[in-house]
Amino acid sequence: MPKVSFEHITKTYGNVPVLKDLNLAIDDGDFLVLLGPSGCGKTTLLNLLAGLIDVTDGRIMIGDRDVTDVDPKDRGLAMVFQSYALYPTKTVYGNLKFGLSASKLPKDEVERRIAWAAKLLQIEPLLNRKPAHLSGGQRQRVAIGRALVKNVGVFLFDEPLSNLDAKLRTETRLEIKKLHDTLKTTIVYVTHDQIEAMTMATKIAVMNGGVIQQFGTPDEIYERPANLFVAGFIGSPAMNLRKVKLSIANGKTEAVFGSGVRFDLSDYRFATAPQDGAEVILGLRPEHFLVGAGTAADSAATFEVPVQYAERTGPDASAYFVLENDLLALRVEPAVAAGLKPGQVVPVRYLKGKAHLFDAQTGQRM
Amino acid sequence: MSDLTIAQKMLGGEVAVRSAPYFPRKKKRITGRSIAIIIFLSICAIFFCVPLYVVIITSFKTMEQIREGAMFSLPNVWTLEAWDHAWNSACSGINCNGLKVGFWNSVQILFPSLILSIGISMITGYALALWNVRWAGGFLFLLFICAFVPFQIIMFPLISMTAAIKVYGNVWGVAIVHAVLAMPVLTLIFRNYYKDIPQEIMSAAVMDSGSFWKIFVEIILPMSGNILIVVLILQITSIWNDYLIGVTFGGMGSQPMTVNLANLITISTGTTRYNDNMAAALQTAIPPLVIYFFVGKLFVQGITAGAIKG
Repeated sequence: MPKVSFEHITKTYGNVPVLKDLNLAIDDGDFLVLLGPSGCGKTTLLNLLAGLIDVTDGRIMIGDRDVTDVDPKDRGLAMVFQSYALYPTKTVYGNLKFGLSASKLPKDEVERRIAWAAKLLQIEPLLNRKPAHLSGGQRQRVAIGRALVKNVGVFLFDEPLSNLDAKLRTETRLEIKKLHDTLKTTIVYVTHDQIEAMTMATKIAVMNGGVIQQFGTPDEIYERPANLFVAGFIGSPAMNLRKVKLSIANGKTEAVFGSGVRFDLSDYRFATAPQDGAEVILGLRPEHFLVGAGTAADSAATFEVPVQYAERTGPDASAYFVLENDLLALRVEPAVAAGLKPGQVVPVRYLKGKAHLFDAQTGQRM
Repeated sequence: MSDLTIAQKMLGGEVAVRSAPYFPRKKKRITGRSIAIIIFLSICAIFFCVPLYVVIITSFKTMEQIREGAMFSLPNVWTLEAWDHAWNSACSGINCNGLKVGFWNSVQILFPSLILSIGISMITGYALALWNVRWAGGFLFLLFICAFVPFQIIMFPLISMTAAIKVYGNVWGVAIVHAVLAMPVLTLIFRNYYKDIPQEIMSAAVMDSGSFWKIFVEIILPMSGNILIVVLILQITSIWNDYLIGVTFGGMGSQPMTVNLANLITISTGTTRYNDNMAAALQTAIPPLVIYFFVGKLFVQGITAGAIKG
């Protein structure tokens, strides 16, 4: 099970740079999710690894092998495509078999692998059908099967779940995760869906504008977003980001809102030394708010804010308040949400030690 | 309703369906506009049918009746004499072996020409559409320009080229020239058809196999059914009906049926044997017609395939 690394990758189309001096390395057995909005270069990166497009500059390593100029079929990869890309004129069996056509395997080994993959994915009854006669979920399994039979160390997934309905997506997500646990292969998975990323990945690379914004475990990405982009991209509802002023007086560090509310930052671990009076961005996660007044001991700040509206999303509920002419999103208990009337002014408090601070100029975490 | 059993009535389904309100559609009335359209279409049909009628009945008449001059009258005696004569013993130049010689020559020309022209342009189109070919755009443009070059302009160079590779004057010469001349249009047709194949299927194939020929034979060729039928009909018709390439490159031994027919009709001595001529013309025209009858339906499907993505 090889590790995969990108070294100083640059990709330009004509004069348009898509990726700029990108470096990324993952370990053997990692489940890497490339996460980012449309056009961030994540699919380009995956296609570079697959060899479907050529790098402009840089080096791609799989294991100890430099595969930058190696043919796609010789890279030891298997890929699952967004549209499944099954061969329409071949049966499921034919599709799986064609997946092995580059490797000159003996006939019984081909049969053995097809049988193994079909059993693992429970597509045995479908082997003689054409893709047109399969449902979306079945096509997805066949596409995964076609990758599995190759028995390679690295699997690539290009938004494989985006064509499935919500229920099937959750099921398939679990199955891919299970497959990764069973086979212990390295997986590179592209998606724009943060839930897929958070649930499946062992490592996430958040990308934007052709640059990796942050690379880390799902927990690291969520708990300590490296910059404003990551902070705003991960989490639903998104993190509340507010411009505040730092105030350091009498050994106490506080963030001062425009309205005068003081936010206690005494337990914040600054990576860079804070400056008194500096403008910073304060990030507040919706789930770290509590409705109701608290004490200075357990809350960093208490806001008196009017309710805009509350919505229930199944097991959870979100409530939106107006703070300084902007919406403040909170995750609340459904029972609490039911009691909130639009226009009603209620105290909400933010838990201690859960704040995020970003430099207003550079957007980097402080 | 009375024949329903109690069990059926209890099920209720059928009763409900039968008693559902019925909305009769208004019948379409014949309007002045539709009459005008019918008259116009009838005139168009007559325009094509009358000459065809004359050709067919004349071919079954005897020369005696033709000399009487009543062009539209049915044959007094239906006879296949003219058909037999045209097929077996009509004279083309000094050879009086009939059209059958030309027919077999045409068949011999047809198959190599078809295979060569379709094969070459299919693979070229596949390469241009689905593989990264350097200068593909420029090459396509060049092909596009070539489609407008009249054959007559390049006839002499082609004669010396085919002579140089020793195929001038036989079936292969004709086949090669057909393939060369058909290439621009056919390549564009195939290229545009293959361009609609999803990129991801090609990417998957490249990762699975990576072999140009294997992908073509196993994945792309089975997906080309529709367009193959279109091109096949286009090519069969144009190769069968071709005269100029056949007369120029066929030499004496392998002139196609059309050349035979022309020789037979442009005979300058004696009386014109209209019945023979008509029979010969029909014999030459029938093979492409047969093809149309058999695959015409598929042809329409093929032409509209890809117009709307399914």
